[in-house]
Amino acid sequence: MRIAVIAVQGAFREHIAALKSLGVDAYEAKRARDLDGADGVIIPGGESTAIGKLMREYDMLDPVRELARAGKPIYGTCAGMIVLAKRIEGEDTVHLGLMDVTVRRNSFGRQRESFEADIEIPAIGEPPFPAVFIRAPHIVSVGDGVEVLATYGDRVVAVRQGNLLATSFHPELTDDYRLHRYFLDMAQAPVAH
Amino acid sequence: MSTVGTDRVKRGMAEMQKGGVIMDVVNAEQAKIAEAAGAVAVMALERVPSDIRKAGGVARMADPAVIEEVMNAVSIPVMAKCRIGHIVEARILEAMGVDYIDESEVLTPADEKHHIDKTKFTVPFVCGARDLGEALRRIAEGASMIRTKGEPGTGNIVEAVRHQRMMQSAIRRVQAMSEDELYAEAKNLGAPYHLLKQVHDLGRLPVVNFAAGGIATPADAALMMELGSDGVFVGSGIFKSENPEKYARAIVQAVTHYQDYELLAHLSKNLGQAMQGIDLATLREEERMAVRGW
Repeated sequence: MRIAVIAVQGAFREHIAALKSLGVDAYEAKRARDLDGADGVIIPGGESTAIGKLMREYDMLDPVRELARAGKPIYGTCAGMIVLAKRIEGEDTVHLGLMDVTVRRNSFGRQRESFEADIEIPAIGEPPFPAVFIRAPHIVSVGDGVEVLATYGDRVVAVRQGNLLATSFHPELTDDYRLHRYFLDMAQAPVAH
Repeated sequence: MSTVGTDRVKRGMAEMQKGGVIMDVVNAEQAKIAEAAGAVAVMALERVPSDIRKAGGVARMADPAVIEEVMNAVSIPVMAKCRIGHIVEARILEAMGVDYIDESEVLTPADEKHHIDKTKFTVPFVCGARDLGEALRRIAEGASMIRTKGEPGTGNIVEAVRHQRMMQSAIRRVQAMSEDELYAEAKNLGAPYHLLKQVHDLGRLPVVNFAAGGIATPADAALMMELGSDGVFVGSGIFKSENPEKYARAIVQAVTHYQDYELLAHLSKNLGQAMQGIDLATLREEERMAVRGW
């Protein structure tokens, strides 16, 4: 199994390390051609405006959409979640526009409000899961077919829609790789979109 | 239970900036140009370093009104500079909600002996360093991100190259050492043993390591990536060039695709005049910013 990690900007190295520690062939994708033959895609944390712009300028949006249509799993963390969303509050431009959710950027405030918290994610096993929120977005509303995997307070922070997965927080900054394992299980048991 | 200001949150913020370009801006209009070009953050200043050089005198924290103007103009993170050792300027910036503080040698130092104890702050700090020892001293004080000092405001890459080369070669040397050699090396470098041990084990700094000081072209930015930088700061290089939009876009793309030389050729075409550079031999010793701090 080969997982492409979008590497135009952001914390792609950490995702690759997480996947490699799970015995998976993970690699950097900077151009459209790098997505050929991928069995799944991770869009890392970073700045969503920069990642969205660079993916657009280097024609990476359509290949990822095609992989999603073919049932390959796509996982976005933080900025990656914003890149996946169909709606971004207060903005006209969306990026991949794949996931039927509305996201609010920087929803917890500025960097000084960034935090760590233990949360529950029943789908991946026993709590706690250490969640790192950095200028994080949250999901304001979800469409039909979107399953809420985790909340923090009254905010939705992890969702799944078929073969699409998104979290507001950064499992790649911790050593708890259960979400990466969950994502790989999605790759092994593809869901029709 | 949630905890703010942890090392993971402060260092993690810098991890998210990797592979990106942080641009100096002096007003809302420039901040918007930077954001549209794909900058991962902006550094809000009253003057870019080359103008600080020209103005002379004491350079201080920017007017909070300028920083606020920039914060209101963009949705990407906003950084701002305080003077080395100026605890109160840093507290003011933190109170304003600035996302990252640069305790910077570009401004006139406020304390000749002590840098700020950055572990006491919720907001993360970036600090300049010329070599591994200096970087580890700053990390010990709580810096969550390191950048080379370079020689700011000169448009001359030579000092940034020197600093990143020294850093990377020292890291390789430390990595190859036996564990019992690390004690003596910690003494040589004037760096805490436990941080040196982390460098030995990781083969890199325990925090993100950017390049700064003298980057003026897409090729300069790509060079710094080639030498092992995690990303770049561009100060005067963008808004002192003939065509800031073009330079900003090209430098962002050059950092992502720093090893795609055909693309770099394409990105470097028809950009117009780069910022006017300064030959470092013409700078008097007291005009050098890189020697500020220890």
